[in-house]
Amino acid sequence: MGYDLHLRVWRGDAAGGDLGDYTVQVEEGEVVLDAIHRLQATQTGDLAVRWNCKAGKCGSCSAEVNGRPRLMCMTRLADFDPAETVTVTPMRGFPVIRDLVTDVSFNYAKAQEVPAFAPTPRDADGKRRMMQEDVERGQEFRKCIECFLCQDTCHVVRDHEENKEAFAGPRFFLRYAELDMHPLDTHDRRQLAQDAAGLGMCNITKCCTEVCPEGIKITDNAIIPMKERVVDRKYDPVVWLGSKIFRRDRRDEVERG
Amino acid sequence: MSSGVRSPGRAEIQGRTLRQDTWWLQPLVTFVVLLAFVVYATWRAFAGEHYYASPYLSPFYSPCMGAQCVEGSADFGRPFDWFPWSPALIILVIPLGFRMTCYYYRKAYYRAFWLSPPACAVAEPHGRYTGERRFPLILQNLHRWFLIVSALVALVLSYDVVLAFRDADHEWGHMGLGTLVLLVNVLLIWGYTLSCHSCRHLIGGRLRHFSKHPVRYRAWTLVSRLNGHHAKFAWLSLFSVALADLYVYLLATGAITDPRFF
Amino acid sequence: MTGPDTGPSSRHPMTGNRMDPGDETEPSYGTGFETHAYDVVVIGAGGAGLRAAIAAHDAGARVAVVCKSLLGKAHTVMAEGGIAAAMGNVYAEDGWQVHFRDTMRGGKMLNNWRMAQLHAQEAPERVMELEEWGALFDRTPDGLISQRDFGGHRFARLAHVGDRTGLEMIRTLQQRTVALGIDVFMECTVTEIFTDRSGPAPTVTGAFGYWRETGRFVVFEAPSVVLATGGIGKSYQVTSNSWEYTGDGHALALRAGASLINMEFVQFHPTGMVWPPSVRGILVTESVRGDGGVLRNSEGERFMFDYIPEYFKAETADTVEEAEGWYADKKNNRRPPELLPRDEVARAINSEIKAGRGSPHGGVFLDIASRRDADFIRRRLPSMYHQFKELADVDITAEPMEVGPTCHYVMGGVEVDADTERSKVVGLYAAGEVAGGMHGSNRLGGNSLSDLLVFGRRAGHNAAYHAYGAAQDRPRIRDEEVRAAADAALAPFRLEEDGGAENPYTVQKDLQDVMQRLVGIIRKADELTESLAEIGRLKERARHLLVEGHRQYNPGWHLALDLANMLLVSECVATAALAREESRGGHTRDDFPGPDPEWGARNLVLTLEGDAVRLEQQPLPVMPDQLKTLFEDA
Repeated sequence: MGYDLHLRVWRGDAAGGDLGDYTVQVEEGEVVLDAIHRLQATQTGDLAVRWNCKAGKCGSCSAEVNGRPRLMCMTRLADFDPAETVTVTPMRGFPVIRDLVTDVSFNYAKAQEVPAFAPTPRDADGKRRMMQEDVERGQEFRKCIECFLCQDTCHVVRDHEENKEAFAGPRFFLRYAELDMHPLDTHDRRQLAQDAAGLGMCNITKCCTEVCPEGIKITDNAIIPMKERVVDRKYDPVVWLGSKIFRRDRRDEVERG
Repeated sequence: MSSGVRSPGRAEIQGRTLRQDTWWLQPLVTFVVLLAFVVYATWRAFAGEHYYASPYLSPFYSPCMGAQCVEGSADFGRPFDWFPWSPALIILVIPLGFRMTCYYYRKAYYRAFWLSPPACAVAEPHGRYTGERRFPLILQNLHRWFLIVSALVALVLSYDVVLAFRDADHEWGHMGLGTLVLLVNVLLIWGYTLSCHSCRHLIGGRLRHFSKHPVRYRAWTLVSRLNGHHAKFAWLSLFSVALADLYVYLLATGAITDPRFF
Repeated sequence: MTGPDTGPSSRHPMTGNRMDPGDETEPSYGTGFETHAYDVVVIGAGGAGLRAAIAAHDAGARVAVVCKSLLGKAHTVMAEGGIAAAMGNVYAEDGWQVHFRDTMRGGKMLNNWRMAQLHAQEAPERVMELEEWGALFDRTPDGLISQRDFGGHRFARLAHVGDRTGLEMIRTLQQRTVALGIDVFMECTVTEIFTDRSGPAPTVTGAFGYWRETGRFVVFEAPSVVLATGGIGKSYQVTSNSWEYTGDGHALALRAGASLINMEFVQFHPTGMVWPPSVRGILVTESVRGDGGVLRNSEGERFMFDYIPEYFKAETADTVEEAEGWYADKKNNRRPPELLPRDEVARAINSEIKAGRGSPHGGVFLDIASRRDADFIRRRLPSMYHQFKELADVDITAEPMEVGPTCHYVMGGVEVDADTERSKVVGLYAAGEVAGGMHGSNRLGGNSLSDLLVFGRRAGHNAAYHAYGAAQDRPRIRDEEVRAAADAALAPFRLEEDGGAENPYTVQKDLQDVMQRLVGIIRKADELTESLAEIGRLKERARHLLVEGHRQYNPGWHLALDLANMLLVSECVATAALAREESRGGHTRDDFPGPDPEWGARNLVLTLEGDAVRLEQQPLPVMPDQLKTLFEDA
């Protein structure tokens, strides 16, 4: 059942690099990461690749396979013709460290800017109550495995390095949405999402949703609802007036974390 | 160009993409179809004729409220009788604005017309990108207002379907192929309108506690289900509105006659 | 308290990643080391490590977390089922006493009773804390945290989020860590704990490691080190564990002068994927069985009814009717045998496969498709559905899964004080999988995540407390220690004059083969003896490892360094397994098939003397009479 797979793997570092051609024996049911591992164990002992769980749960082995941002552990070789050459490169949206490993510290820096969850006090019996229907939206966003493929694909920063300062990226719009929809959070993060996180830079071209290996509907369920919430806050006089008159939705606006 | 994927520090790869699939096909099709629609709609909107074939009024001209509205087409009077040009221009601003600011169409035309980006993981050709933060694109935030007035227009179009159960002499109790065309069109338009992201937000998405608003939660669940098909409704209603207009045009010019069912 | 860190400012303050594109690729031993001073250094950023870091930070200490992978990728994300905590949200009858009793019985009474008690008492509050930090657990109809059934637990008590509870936990702790501004050294491996041996007991002075990204060496000066490095599973061929699980903490502790206990007890999770080969070993959560899945052999028989041990007869259903009744009415029916503790189920599956009643790819069938509707399965087990669909092309809502045992967890670990998690080394703490004692001879599902939280917090808290107490003139790291550690780390780049160049990947593969074959689920004296000889030969080969390339992000080099830990820990497992002449929990001897009460009162303690592993017997701590009464009505 096995066959010889033709692989092109980008090797190099920040100073430069190139696609190298390799041939590696692969077996039925294997994924791209298996081929990379075999290459590493038999031909290129120092081939740098990041991975952990190999089951699509940790989001470490993000790369671009035939130009598409994918998790290597979830890209099955059966999806390619055995005669086809499979090209594997590091994510092109981030600086490269070495071979398939990129410097994703952009994402960790952005994570620091999200103000933390600030819950209401516990109920009298020391427990907290939230209804299932109120936590479900947030639960979808918390499926995120932080593979950062959405951050890699998003053209706002992939194609414009200079935007990285002002733009947090889809992964963190998920986070803002999660907190803004959290039934117990006491903060108003809409202004922050728009100004500091750069929500307004998103032009909802949906590539983040297309590449999400967890199938999270990032654009429809997080980004657009957040944009609409920003409209409530900034561009909708009726909602604004309503909140003033009925004194609803009184949350504290927060500063950048 | 040494920005974007070719910025210093990124993996040195020359191509703007290494994708081997036909990633260019979808934006190309979108471009051609949308452009064809724009050309057709522009011609028809400025034409100012052949939009009424009793009892059918083209959706491009409904409600007809200008001075030039032909006999029998102005069901709501002529409040814009000072307007000297084609009456379609008065009303088309509304659906046009609705669709221009629609979250789905934005994706479609940003990709197909502005190539920003042409497809995922394909480098865009622009040196700078500022998103929807400043004029004119900041006006995209008006989407919900266009939704509300478009819903009114959709009501008018629904009324038109009711009127289409008349014959050419405005006698009730008849139905022709044109009635069916208008009916299908209005259903698709409602599908498109109700599945809109702003609608989803206003119906219930803006709530924090669904559990405290069970009715709105139910409505939100339904609209969310429709919303999953928003893109489909966007295209189908675009085709249906053009076809409905074309059908009326063909009837009005006498190219075809309307088959009557009863 | 110690001074500010002296690291270069060109590094990202939180990730440790380089901010400037400077060139650090030159092999630089002999030149300067990056040096940092902290009160507490936590090694490992899984559930235990992050919880320890948060606790130490809350106690006012300056804390660094050092981890081999990126933050949030630790093996905790793989945990699926839930966090066991007797909150009583679903069954009000549940309480810490019941949880304690279940844990002790699951561990075949070999647990450190005090740890099991603390664990059962503190777990509920630890879960509530997670909620306070943003975790979104599944809810009961009245809005409380929902709890699910799991093997060995009398009541439904696992707080969960679908079948991705570990991800929820790590993300929550990660976000809390970030919010508190704790320094995290990502992709940084610790290779040595420095100790001062001039006093009566060895005392921690710091740690030594390298940045995986650059190969640059880092020295941590710290009076307290918390080990939270997880387990040893990567020494086995079929395992649910990731590459990180190389027993680093176990080996670091041994070399620092601490002791290990219970190392013979390795848990083989009964249900790992068996096909295709590339995913062999990946976990299939116990929740599948908790939510109604059953095990069948190739003849379609629910074979678990044939494997109910005497010990659990009183609480296990012996007819299909009663087992079926249990899902709806837990008060009047006993549990299905599929939900026996993991060791029992793993052995049963092993026997069925050996008897030739296995599935086509050498497992057994786990069937939920014919028992629950597709919507239910997709809602309760979304990541299992996804995992089988994507990796094996199997739709678990329509066909049974093929599963078999997979190396999952090591019950053994660093011997620690139950209340403080301190090892025999002053200033060295251990929590989570790397610590031993809590789970006895077998861990119940769901007790791992709660273990991480309960003892992670205790370890962090006590480590901070120790750092406060440590005098300003406490012993410091000596230069020659640093140079020796650097020298040892660079050894794989040097071709020895005396001999062959071994590929680290090949040696690792051979070790996995030895452990799988000779120190697996069912063990025998002669095979264990053989395994020790094999491990000896592998250790010899490992002295001649040679890696290509340079120090910048070089996985071959990283593996070469981890391999030494794997070999040492494997030797400990085999040594203890050979000594314990009985079968109990995660240790099954073909030549001693039953439990032995004499052995049931003894722990095996391993230490390192020079290069040699030393084994000693030690009496088990005795449970107070008051707790003993909890077992009388059972």
